[in-house]
Formats: sequence, structure tokens, C-alpha cells
Amino acid sequence: MWAFIHKLGSPRWFYGMSAKMQPWFWAAAVLLLVVGSLWGLAFAPADYQQGNSFRIIYVHVPAAFLAQSIFIAMAVSGLVFMVWKIKVADMAATVMAPFGAVMTFVALFSGAVWGVPTWGTWWMWDARLTSMLILLFLYIGVIALRSAFTRRDSGSRAASVLTMVGVINIPIIKYSVDWWYTLHQTASFTLTSRPTMPTQMWLPLVIMLLGFYCFFIAITLMRTRSEILRREASKRWVQELLTDPMLSTATKKAR
Amino acid sequence: MAFTSFSDFLAMGGHAPYVWSAWGVTALLLLASAWHARLEQRQLLRVLRRRARRSKGVRHDA
Repeated sequence: MWAFIHKLGSPRWFYGMSAKMQPWFWAAAVLLLVVGSLWGLAFAPADYQQGNSFRIIYVHVPAAFLAQSIFIAMAVSGLVFMVWKIKVADMAATVMAPFGAVMTFVALFSGAVWGVPTWGTWWMWDARLTSMLILLFLYIGVIALRSAFTRRDSGSRAASVLTMVGVINIPIIKYSVDWWYTLHQTASFTLTSRPTMPTQMWLPLVIMLLGFYCFFIAITLMRTRSEILRREASKRWVQELLTDPMLSTATKKAR
Repeated sequence: MAFTSFSDFLAMGGHAPYVWSAWGVTALLLLASAWHARLEQRQLLRVLRRRARRSKGVRHDA
């Protein structure tokens, strides 16, 4: 186990391993997203109250799940980086932040658009919506803070600390619908209990959720690889990899 | 199938502007993210390869 963690922390090993895993996650993401979209948009039955506007759920819920999961992943990476000085963790945290911000924006946008026909308003300063907006600002804050330092290590540590402090917002988002009065409904989809929706409605949602997570893993692997090359450009193994004429672009094995 | 025709599908029972704008923005941002990641990787590899070759003093006119 420790040997595995140690290996995972080596940029060179990570570069080779991610090259092998990446295509599978891309393929899974495309397949799941295509199937989930077709099913959710055209085959799932319309909601008896909301009609077809409920189909927004298939992009809204996965984006909102990811928006929060990515922030937690960044906080864990920040902790790993701060405690064990594992650079790959910091590189991953760096590339996760913009995608997390994008997912938060998607959740907010699709929620606002959904709000118009169902609540009669696109925005309310209630607990769920406001805490999600704070999450977006946290993402932007982490990205800005990281780039505000001349020394990379200082930026990494500052970003890690802000992420670990900011993660307190995640339980607030999660329980906001239970703690305060809010327009947003309570969770209609949990991992622990049987869904209250008909199978034809929640199965495409599960597929979309898996698709979004595969997409996130794929893009994180891809961008972490770029970040490794950028930061380790002067290392010998990178130089060898770059000058080896036998090897094609990105699919080279690390050893 | 929840719709009777393709135009029925596009109309989304009168909810077309909401459904399609939410889905459209999501699809656009996912595609843009993937495209950006690919572009970043290609440009980086090109720049680093050129730099590595130059420092090695080997010329590959390819």
C-alpha cells in the first residue's frame, strides 16, 4: 500500500500510468454521456408536474455533484501536498480548479434556467443558491491566489490552505436545504436510499452522473500530464522523452 | 420514446428555451474543456520538444 502511494507520488510513474488509463476514461465518458443524454432527453417520461423542463435534471444534478466533489478532491490533494510534500497532488489540484469552477457555473446556470418555469424566478438569495455561488467564488479565489505568487511553492501552499479552509462550505451546501427554509427541494437522489423517481427517470441520471465523473477523471489525468511536463521540463526523464524520435506524442510509457 | 415526432421533441412541450439552453451551455462547456486540454497538451509538447532539441544540438527538420 505504501509502496503504491509512493509510486503514485512520483511524477514519472504517474505520467506513464495515466497514459494507459486516460483513453479508457475518455471512452467511458463519451459512451455514458451519449447514452445518458439520448435516454434522458428523448426516452425518459415527462414529469407529471414539471412536464419536460425536468429534463434539466440530467445536466444540473451531475454538474452540482461534481462541483462539490472536485472541491473535496482539491482539499484532499492540498492536504496530501502539505503533509507529505507530494508534488503530483498539487499539480492535480491546480488543474482541477478551473474545471470545478466550470461545473459550478453549469450547476448555477442550469438551475437558474430551470427555476424560471418551475419557481417563477431564476434567482433567490436562499441558502442553497447562495452557498453554491460562494463555491464559485472560492474556486475563482483559489485559482487567483495560486497565480498571485512569484514563487510557485508559495502559491501552492496558499492555494492548499484556502482550499482546506473553504471545504467547510461543502457540508453547508449539502445541508442547506435541511437547515434553512429554501426554494430548493431537498435531495431527491441519494446514494443510500432507494430513489423515489420511476426507474425510467433515475437510470439515465445514474448514467449521466457516471459519465460526468469519467469525464472529470479523464480531463484531470490529461491536464495533470501537461502540468507534469511543464513543471518537470528540465528533468532528465522528460528530456529523454521529448527528444526520443521513436516515440509519438503523448502515449509514451514512462519507462 | 416520450415524444411523437421530432418537432415535438424539439418543442419539449413548450419548455424548449429552458431545456435546450441548459443542455446547450453544458455541452458547450464540456466540449470546450476537452478541446482546451488537448490544445494545451499539443502546444506544450511542441514547445518543449523544440527547446529540448535545441539544447541537445540535434537538428531535426521535421
